[in-house]
Amino acid sequence: MAENMADKPLTLAEKVWRDHIVVRGEEKDGERSPDLLYIDLHLVHEVTSPQAFEGLRLAGRSVRRPDLTIATEDHNTPTLEIDKPIADPVSRKQVQTLRTNAEEFGIRLHSLGDANQGIVHVVGPQLGLTQPGMTVVCGDSHTSTHGAFGSLAMGIGTSEVEHVLATQTLPLKPFKTMAITVNGTLKPGVSAKDIILAVIAKIGTGGGQGYVLEYRGSAIEQLSMEARMTICNMSIEAGARAGMVAPDETTFNYVQGRPHAPAGEDWDAAVEYWRSLRTDEGAQFDAEVILDADELEPFVTWGTNPGQGVSLSDAVPDPATFDDPVDRESAERALQYMDLAPGTPMKDIRVDTVFLGSCTNARLEDLRAAAEIIRGREKDPDVRMIVVPGSAKVRLDAEAEGLDQVFKDFGAEWRFAGCSMCLGMNPDQLAPGERCASTSNRNFEGRQGKGGRTHLVSPVVAAATAIRGTLSAPSDVLQPQAA
Amino acid sequence: MEPITTHTGIGVPLKASNVDTDQIIPAVFLKRITKTGFDDALFYAWRKNPDFVLNQEPYRHGSVLVAGPDFGTGSSREHAVWALKDYGFRVVISSRFADIFYGNAAKQGLLAAKVAQPDVELIFKELETEPGTEITVDLESRTVICGTVETTFSIDNYTRWRLMEGLDDISLTLRQEEAISTYEATRPGFKPTTLPART
Repeated sequence: MAENMADKPLTLAEKVWRDHIVVRGEEKDGERSPDLLYIDLHLVHEVTSPQAFEGLRLAGRSVRRPDLTIATEDHNTPTLEIDKPIADPVSRKQVQTLRTNAEEFGIRLHSLGDANQGIVHVVGPQLGLTQPGMTVVCGDSHTSTHGAFGSLAMGIGTSEVEHVLATQTLPLKPFKTMAITVNGTLKPGVSAKDIILAVIAKIGTGGGQGYVLEYRGSAIEQLSMEARMTICNMSIEAGARAGMVAPDETTFNYVQGRPHAPAGEDWDAAVEYWRSLRTDEGAQFDAEVILDADELEPFVTWGTNPGQGVSLSDAVPDPATFDDPVDRESAERALQYMDLAPGTPMKDIRVDTVFLGSCTNARLEDLRAAAEIIRGREKDPDVRMIVVPGSAKVRLDAEAEGLDQVFKDFGAEWRFAGCSMCLGMNPDQLAPGERCASTSNRNFEGRQGKGGRTHLVSPVVAAATAIRGTLSAPSDVLQPQAA
Repeated sequence: MEPITTHTGIGVPLKASNVDTDQIIPAVFLKRITKTGFDDALFYAWRKNPDFVLNQEPYRHGSVLVAGPDFGTGSSREHAVWALKDYGFRVVISSRFADIFYGNAAKQGLLAAKVAQPDVELIFKELETEPGTEITVDLESRTVICGTVETTFSIDNYTRWRLMEGLDDISLTLRQEEAISTYEATRPGFKPTTLPART
């Protein structure tokens, strides 16, 4: 990012960066030392925080700003029988440790059973704690989710978690910026998940390395906040440090009235500032990628990294047609793991399980979209479908609308909130060889359970797939419209 | 973090290259909740072999690990550094370290000293001829002395300074306390706080 930010047009990311510099780095021996940035919000969960808290204890330090810190339990928590002690003793101890640490250091914690418990990246926005123009960090790579509000949101390691707890700052080297411009309008049945899967397939899993991505263009502007969160969430799958969307009326409307949203004069001052955050006319991005939303179709992955995806109407690619030898080898390995033959139409692939959940796609809109597809239809009897709301509140809100009944009538399992089968740290795992259409974010080998096979899809594709038993687009199950 | 200017301890020859972090500490131990107590996890698989160097006297009491090139490759797990420190190592000598391991070591006060490979070979020979030979590593003069072997090691100025001062990143940032407080005083009033809790 630019040395001299005063005179030139700036991007959204540069503005947020500029407004959080506590100490500017120094130029020495041809290298600039990191800027020290202030952190507005630190989200904490049970897996990456225990050693950070112990570090504080050993050094006799306290948490500098408990009032800018919030914790919840998500990775290890069960999605069944949450009133009973966590069965796995290692998971139970990790959760218990978070409770003890939160108590000792005065940190607000939303525990299992609390209405605001849930996936940390669902909870922050839900409470109105994620707002435009903030710096947000968490010891979790999917912190990029919060960039949907026009905040600079990054995943960090355990040492950095400790650093933020102690100082409320982080030394960070400036990033490059990349514009991801998505023009046009999405067709029915095509959603935010398809945009981000298409972006990753286009730029690759390392394409965003060193960059903060800014998603812009008419297709992005038309998206709801929850859809923007889905896109920013998977910025990390393109290797990016963060992803952002400029705040607009959609953002303001989403934030307004939430428990921690500014009110009264504060609201007016906040909105005035938030409006100033848009990328200036003439600001230069270090790179730009352009996509046409009109041409997008439902997308699905065939391989074992999120960049290995195609349109659902396509077939499994033939590795022999890949020019790059590294890509070819990776594709060959992936097809072997996924037990797929080149040329197989994606829609011929049968699944055993459908997982609707994760910080990517388990907000209320995601559940509504899936429920809309399955309402009044029958599930393929050989498919099990698990629905895991992103937070306890999402679950309650969904129940208030009767969505739980739609899922139950369909034959899906209606579970309690958490990360669940996205990474299988709790008992929700795939068995070896089991094939899953999943609304989560990573299709790595063994991610959802040892030997499990993952196809990443949108919530509506997941729903259509549960009906037909094979990977399916919503248009495959909806009544054909009269000509 | 304890400052380290000079350290003397028994040298342990680990004659392997590409000692990756999965060998230093297997993934099964990453679910632990502490930053200490990893000494039993260090080189977990290798230590099952009675011939492994750390299962032998007097090496088992060593505090200076001497390894082949490319030490600490693979996963970013900071647990690898914690495990080495917990066991009692203060210094690792190798001709090349993996970047992430090198950075993690500096964060935790473990001195990763880069010594040219021919000199590492001489140190191996010394340690095997005279088991229990102590190695002295001096950060001020950037020297390594092991019996009759006297050599230098390389380390960047910034890391050396932090190790000698016993500074971790947090200590360094805490020196900016005034700047942080000044910044905090200018933060807009509309920025959210998590406390008092509103739901």
